[in-house]
Amino acid sequence: MLLSQFLLLSAILFSIGVYGVIVRRNGVAVLMAIELILNSVNINLVAFGAMHGNLSGQVFALFIIAVAAAEVGVGLAIILSIYRNRRSVALDELDLMKG
Amino acid sequence: MLELTWLIPALPLAGFVVLLVAGRRLGEPLAGWLATAAVGGSFVATAVVFLGLVAEPAAERRFGQVLFEWVPAGGFSVDLGFLVDPLSVAMCLFVTFCATLIHLYAIGYMHGDPNFTKFFVYLNLFVFSMLMLVLGDNMLVTFLGWEGVGACSYFLISFWHTSDANASAGKKAFVTNRVGDWGYMVAMFLTFTALGSIRYVDIADGAAGLTATTATAVALLLLVGAAGKSAQIPLFVWLPDAMAGPTPVSALIHAATMVTSGVYLFTRMNGVVAAAHPWVSTVIAVIGVATALVAASIAVAQNDIKKVLAYSTISQLGYMFLAIGSGAYVAAIFHMITHAFFKALLFLGAGSVIHGMADEQDMRRMGALRKLMPVTAVTYIVGWLAIAGVPPFSGFWSKDEILLFAWEKSPVLWFVGLVTALLTAFYMSRQVFLTFFGEARWDEPLEDAVPELAVERGLLPYEGENEIDDDIEQVYELDHLPHGVGPKEAIHPHESPWLMTLPLVVLAVMAAVSEIIQLPVTNTTKYLEHWLYPVVEQGEHHLTASTATKWGLAVVAIVAGAVGILGAASIYLKRRLDEQPAAPEVLRNGWYYDSGLAAFMGGPGRAAFEAVAWFDRTIIDGAVNGVATVVRVASGGLQRTQTGFVRAYAGIVTAGAVLVVFVLILRGVVL
Amino acid sequence: MSVASLLAAADTVPAPDVEWSALSPFLVVVVGACLLLPIAGLLPRRTRVAWSALFTIAVALGAIGASAWVWHDLSRVGPTERTTVAGAYAVDKFSLFLIVVICVGVILATLLTEGYLRREDLPGAEAYLLYLASASGAIIMVTAADLIVLFIGLEVLSIAAYVLAGLHRRRLRSGEAALKYFVLGGFSSAFFLYGVALIYGATGTTNLVGIAEYLATHRLLDEGLLLAGIGLLIVGFAFKVGGVPFHVWTPDVYQGSPSPVVAFMASVVKAAAFAGMLRVVVVALSTHRLDWQPILYAIAVLSMIVGAVLAVVQSDVKRMLAYSSINHAGFMLAAVSTGADEGIAAVLFYLAAYTVLIGGTFGIVTLFGRRGDGHHDIDDYRGLARREPFLALALTIFLLAQAGTPLTAGFLAKFYVIQAVVDAGSWWLGLVAMLAATISAFLYLRIVLTMYAGVTDADVEVAEPTAEPVRRIHVPLGAKVAIAAALVLTIAIGVVPDPLTHASRTARPELVAPGD
Repeated sequence: MLLSQFLLLSAILFSIGVYGVIVRRNGVAVLMAIELILNSVNINLVAFGAMHGNLSGQVFALFIIAVAAAEVGVGLAIILSIYRNRRSVALDELDLMKG
Repeated sequence: MLELTWLIPALPLAGFVVLLVAGRRLGEPLAGWLATAAVGGSFVATAVVFLGLVAEPAAERRFGQVLFEWVPAGGFSVDLGFLVDPLSVAMCLFVTFCATLIHLYAIGYMHGDPNFTKFFVYLNLFVFSMLMLVLGDNMLVTFLGWEGVGACSYFLISFWHTSDANASAGKKAFVTNRVGDWGYMVAMFLTFTALGSIRYVDIADGAAGLTATTATAVALLLLVGAAGKSAQIPLFVWLPDAMAGPTPVSALIHAATMVTSGVYLFTRMNGVVAAAHPWVSTVIAVIGVATALVAASIAVAQNDIKKVLAYSTISQLGYMFLAIGSGAYVAAIFHMITHAFFKALLFLGAGSVIHGMADEQDMRRMGALRKLMPVTAVTYIVGWLAIAGVPPFSGFWSKDEILLFAWEKSPVLWFVGLVTALLTAFYMSRQVFLTFFGEARWDEPLEDAVPELAVERGLLPYEGENEIDDDIEQVYELDHLPHGVGPKEAIHPHESPWLMTLPLVVLAVMAAVSEIIQLPVTNTTKYLEHWLYPVVEQGEHHLTASTATKWGLAVVAIVAGAVGILGAASIYLKRRLDEQPAAPEVLRNGWYYDSGLAAFMGGPGRAAFEAVAWFDRTIIDGAVNGVATVVRVASGGLQRTQTGFVRAYAGIVTAGAVLVVFVLILRGVVL
Repeated sequence: MSVASLLAAADTVPAPDVEWSALSPFLVVVVGACLLLPIAGLLPRRTRVAWSALFTIAVALGAIGASAWVWHDLSRVGPTERTTVAGAYAVDKFSLFLIVVICVGVILATLLTEGYLRREDLPGAEAYLLYLASASGAIIMVTAADLIVLFIGLEVLSIAAYVLAGLHRRRLRSGEAALKYFVLGGFSSAFFLYGVALIYGATGTTNLVGIAEYLATHRLLDEGLLLAGIGLLIVGFAFKVGGVPFHVWTPDVYQGSPSPVVAFMASVVKAAAFAGMLRVVVVALSTHRLDWQPILYAIAVLSMIVGAVLAVVQSDVKRMLAYSSINHAGFMLAAVSTGADEGIAAVLFYLAAYTVLIGGTFGIVTLFGRRGDGHHDIDDYRGLARREPFLALALTIFLLAQAGTPLTAGFLAKFYVIQAVVDAGSWWLGLVAMLAATISAFLYLRIVLTMYAGVTDADVEVAEPTAEPVRRIHVPLGAKVAIAAALVLTIAIGVVPDPLTHASRTARPELVAPGD
């Protein structure tokens, strides 16, 4: 088992996800970037689970997949409601409140 | 009888609650009478408790009443309890006595004021807080009262200062008081850490065992707290501004009671000061005497009748701090009591004058009022003689005792104190002569006060001479004329109603005879000293001066007072004889002569006033504004990070996370 | 491990013992939430009596009752703590204390929401359902003894809270708040998860007891993994409580969200996040206190100062209160950073007091917002004492309590924090805390003075009979009850703090190995 390779892959995915959240202007794209981070965590968990030889990691990964689905559902609903009001999903247009 | 202690603060509290709920329905004057009755009842309760305490043997005059355990267990147990001992009862007696009279007076003074009921709500709340401060059996209960009196005074300043121009007065009072509160809070925690308790009984027992360093830190922090509350250098600038409230407030809060809480605190904690390094008491004495001198010299140059009294209050508080620094705790309390009587009398007298003069406060528009306001004049003169240190009035005895202790501490302190006494006699005499003697000057508006006001209000750039005339009208049209500029038309002074003069008479009697509690004739007549001795045992300095020295110092003090009075008389009374038949034009010139002389004589005073004004403007305002600027700049920078963009926020969170992880790993793995 | 052996292992995995009675507070809330949906569906859209709200309150009261019963049971039977569901769910006085706090937060928010929904003409029962769902997540968080369970609680709590922020669908600001909260919340949850994964990697278990035991018995050769994990966990918790610099969402979300929802977020979400922080960081990771302590110390200092300083310069009252909540979070973080029992007790006391205070404060802010929930500029509060003397007085008491005035709940909350910090020897932190308390007092007084500016007796007499252009504020029954209850509690806790103090000192989070 080449644990470090999995960890590296996970770290790269995590960084791409964080980068995506910071630079993407489209709300849906940001949502996808967050999903990417969650999946990087899944890779980590499964890899560690295999290393330690217990089930917790894999069980955890399943839970994360389920929760992520719920999160995406709610996120898309919020974005949709914004779109109804403003006809746009660009995050940079949301600056009514600042300071 | 001691069990009645809880009634002392409970009655004003009940008055406050009733007035808060139903005050507006009660209306005028019923609300006022109710408030007065509450405080009067509190005085009666105090008197009963006092008699109960007298009945006990001297060594056992310490009675605690715990209402309930407030902050329980866990190593830090604090009761909401009262400590009845000679000190707290002595304080309560004069606080409730003065407060009752002031309430009574306020019924007459506030007649017709739209804020009538609200005013009494605050007065009762204030008396309650003050009594909690004095009666609390630990530092936390005292802190409760400490915050309460501060809040009342801050509210009163802010509510009577509705215009934006005066908002800075409230801000200043707030900032200086918070600095003081902060000192008190830190002192409280330090005491707890060092002694494991903040009860005064435990502090008194344990103070001697404190290390000098700890005791010094506590004492210095207390000094910060006390200086804020009792208006000492450098935290005294708020007090003159706070005088804007109605006169009974000035009398109660800023003369008789609240400002003395710093002195009370030090007396309560005298064991800590005694355990501290010796230089701490010297610092206290020097701050006290410097405050006394500076404030007295400023008072010389004031024209507002209440401003003179305001600075005079600061100056007298300086005396009390001088007493504390010299180890004269009994003398400090003695002076606090006599000062409460004569200063309340003077403030109420000034209020009576202002009332009779249709809100005019400038002494240059007064004169010869003794014929029209005989009761006010006679009582005011008693107060003047008391504060000027003329025997046998009360102020002479208490001041003389402080000066005696100062002499033993250091002749330099004594000398500065003596100069202050001379100045005090001078400015008070000036005030009395300008107000009650000389010729009547109230039928014409005071024109040169207007430009000052105009500058203050920002209507004129700076004291330019020529462009004033056009703007005078503009100034008069301002809705709310501040003090110093009364109505433009002629005034018809009149004596105040009996509700106002009765308290004056009672206070005048007290100002004249209250020295009997501590007459230095024989050892037995020093009642106050015997009464307070168990409380101040640890810190009290024992006099070593010979009888001849005592007599000599007393005579010097009398001479200084006489010089001050005669000096003022020669300037402000003699002119009256010379210029009586003069034409109006000349009269006005004479009046210019007067102001010129005042400016000349008040040279040092004017200079000190300028210096303080500069200090106020530059340092205090600078500090207040500086803090504001720092807050603004810092918050401006921080606010810029709060762009409203989600992506920027995500960036900040990421940066923070990276920093946290980086620091953790750096500390944990690499180091 | 091969698939075959996994399957073989799966056959032998026993179903965990479940002690249903100990789970009762949680079950009451979850079942209540599940029942609320059909009940609300059966009711007509507009009813005179707010049945949904009443049902929600009944559920919360039931959960409080169940907690009291379990608490009593724990005290009587002893041991004072146990775990159930294979060590995933910790039943101790710590969790029961916080469940009660959470339920009180739910009740206050529900009472306020009822009038709000009617005023804003928003439909029915979703808000209450979301409150109960979110609260069940919070209950999972405070009881979790396993990082997986903790994460699920966190997500249940948060997802419902995101939707709550966007409850007012027609207001742009409400939608904006929801999206900002969602994006940043999901983002920080991802950090949190990454941290959990790293800790799992370093210790081989997600159970808190297991982690603590592993760290106590093993000396890690390379602590980098663990430390990074701890750091990311702290980031996740700090985000939820609004600690600087992870506070950036707080002002925008608090300003935009419906006012009653803010009361909910500020009390329930904070309580749950602090519970997680205390149980995981302070208790389970106590072996690494020297590592996490400086981080929390720094976040606490920053939060106290930035919160106070930025609050002073705001012009929107809700935004001001958002920054003040950051300041409050700083105080609680300061107590957490001591890592001592006094600190934990101080946090619990603070959370309980703060829930009451914030419920009352936002209750009045909700009313002052008027229809549209938009009148929150500080200038809109000018002279309110004249038109609404009782509401203004109540808000004054709440704000003074938040400022830490003696004889109110807020004073002792701050006092215990400072005491815990000083006891732990952090004089500097104590001094900063006192300084921050001094600065923040200014902001509360600013609101108070604005309300009372230029009000005289005469004004009141004149103002009342005339039909003034600004209508009197209608105070719904629910808001009346909530504000009155919050007032009574604020004063009662300040005057007789003994029961709460005692409870908060008893309620220490425990780590207990899965029960026998």
